[in-house]
Amino acid sequence: MAITEAPKIVTARMGHPDSHTLERYLATGGYEGLRKALTMTPEAVAAEVDAASLLGRGGAGFPAGRKWSMLRKNPVSYLVVNGDESEPATFKDHLLVERDPHQLIEGVLIAAYALQVSQAFIYLRGEFALGLERVQAALNDAYDHGAVGEDIFGSGFSIDLVVHPGAGAYICGEETALIESLEGKRGFPRIKPPFFPAAIGLYGEPTVVNNVETMSNLPWIMLHGGAAFAALGEGKSTGTRLFALAGHVRHPGVFEIEMVKTTFADLIFAPVLGGGIPGDRQLKAFIPGGVSAPWFGPEQVDLPLGQDEVAGAGSMLGSGSVVVMDEDTCAVRAAWRITRFFARESCGQCTPCREGSGWLERIMARIESGHGREEDLDLLLDACDNIAPGLTWPPQQTTICVLGPSIPSSIGSAIKMFRDEFLVHIKEGGCPFG
Amino acid sequence: MTGEPPPTPAAAPVPAPAVRTRKAGGHLTPEVLDQARQLIALYPEPRSALIPLCHLAQGQDGWLCPDAIVEIADLVGLTPAEVRGTASFYDMLHTEPVGTYVVSVCTNIACLLRGAEELLEHAGASLGIGVGGTTTDGTITLEEAECLADCDRAPCVQVNHRYVGAQTPESFDRLVADLRAGARDGEVPRHGTLIRVRRSGGLRVGRDRIAAERAAMAEAKARRAAEAEKGDH
Repeated sequence: MAITEAPKIVTARMGHPDSHTLERYLATGGYEGLRKALTMTPEAVAAEVDAASLLGRGGAGFPAGRKWSMLRKNPVSYLVVNGDESEPATFKDHLLVERDPHQLIEGVLIAAYALQVSQAFIYLRGEFALGLERVQAALNDAYDHGAVGEDIFGSGFSIDLVVHPGAGAYICGEETALIESLEGKRGFPRIKPPFFPAAIGLYGEPTVVNNVETMSNLPWIMLHGGAAFAALGEGKSTGTRLFALAGHVRHPGVFEIEMVKTTFADLIFAPVLGGGIPGDRQLKAFIPGGVSAPWFGPEQVDLPLGQDEVAGAGSMLGSGSVVVMDEDTCAVRAAWRITRFFARESCGQCTPCREGSGWLERIMARIESGHGREEDLDLLLDACDNIAPGLTWPPQQTTICVLGPSIPSSIGSAIKMFRDEFLVHIKEGGCPFG
Repeated sequence: MTGEPPPTPAAAPVPAPAVRTRKAGGHLTPEVLDQARQLIALYPEPRSALIPLCHLAQGQDGWLCPDAIVEIADLVGLTPAEVRGTASFYDMLHTEPVGTYVVSVCTNIACLLRGAEELLEHAGASLGIGVGGTTTDGTITLEEAECLADCDRAPCVQVNHRYVGAQTPESFDRLVADLRAGARDGEVPRHGTLIRVRRSGGLRVGRDRIAAERAAMAEAKARRAAEAEKGDH
């Protein structure tokens, strides 16, 4: 495995301090992908994205082209961009919205043209104050430039874009919750089916929801062709992808990496990427795709960064965030903190998630603080089993959305990999890591 | 025995039912109201503007006060309870007053691994308040946040949702001193001001245009499908 010389598709401009401006964007091929798309039929644009086999970059990894094709049978009313990035340790969309807002806007316009929608919304989490300002400023410039609005670039196609701020709720990253939130309601995920907002979305009309990174890939795909994108990566995981690396590494950050060709070991240890663990401590465990994903240990570090490869090993590439824990990390504390996150962010609609997350958090807290009981381990697993029966991967669904069944991942991983640590906490009445 | 029935006592005045005396209007400034109406016009349904309007009201007052809630409800055609019930779902909308600067310290996993709990503890001790508390001078509110998506600069801190980079206990104290001295006012507006860049202009694509486009699109699609079918034979 190696770090390849694959082109930078979504981070090409990031080296420029003015990468967010229209001037820089136009000087580096900006809006050329859109101009090209507008000379093609919408079907041909969609076919190009199909040919790229672009997997959605939000977390579920559903092919963007297929999401669109479900819609092409019926006219689509709205396109909504999911920029609610809140999965812990995921910070790639943060980079894209702040540093290259025009690339995002151009991607949205290409998608809107392919889907023939006249109104699209960019939903950004409210905590992205600078990102919201940058995207709004870029959008104002794009309107003035003739890229958005009526009869864009003289093509006859008209489209309005609206930047919409969220207000702080993890659950709004779930696409049906995001739609509810965009309708001015609490972010309560909607009951499935329908499994996609394709049929009944925003205001009950057919809607496509795509992630910021997914959209940001489209200008390059239009300019270079879907085949060029599909030539990168391997198998189902085509192109490059942004990986957000955090935790115990020398150089945490967002890296654009060719899919599958590079391994977790490369990402964590390569001097040009993560640079290894500070103090040359040993790797204890890592989370491969956001805190909803089961953990991996050092024995899985040579797995390639590919969707199927990680799924085959019992976890998921998810949101593309990798959290590294060194040997001095308390696994119980780490799992407890993740559990507390879910307990706080559960929207409260479904009993297994609302009650289960609180139970799990309290049991984990008492073990971590040295007040646990030996039977607590079974109690934890039993509660987990009530949320995601059988504790399989991917988990069984007992709730409206996947937040609930994601809760057991970290607890199950920590117990499976570090059972002894739980027992030490319980028997010695405290944390061995201090 | 005859006699007049005892006179019925004069009917006691029926107490008027308790009515909401607070009337919508007058709290939001004309400028904010104008911005609110422009925002509402961006959406197919007024309610969609609810969160942006709550941010606007917070921009005026620093928090979402009851008078603003009533006025927002009126603007988007909801009851104040519906507005409050929605607003209270979201962490960034404060239905109680907060300080001029809301300092959010993330303690989620990536920050936890890099000393966030120690930082939060220091912050509380240094400010003399607990998590969720506000300093007596009303300057600083301390919050413990979930992941703020700035994990390469952990432990991550935001002030009024502006990233201020990874903080140590020492740098945190300097940050607070700067905030109190107003030294960061350019970069960190007072709490509630979220988006300082205004949208230039409203929607450009008229509703008639949208309807016409949709009809033309459906027609073109049918024509292409028919042609493709012809081509197949």
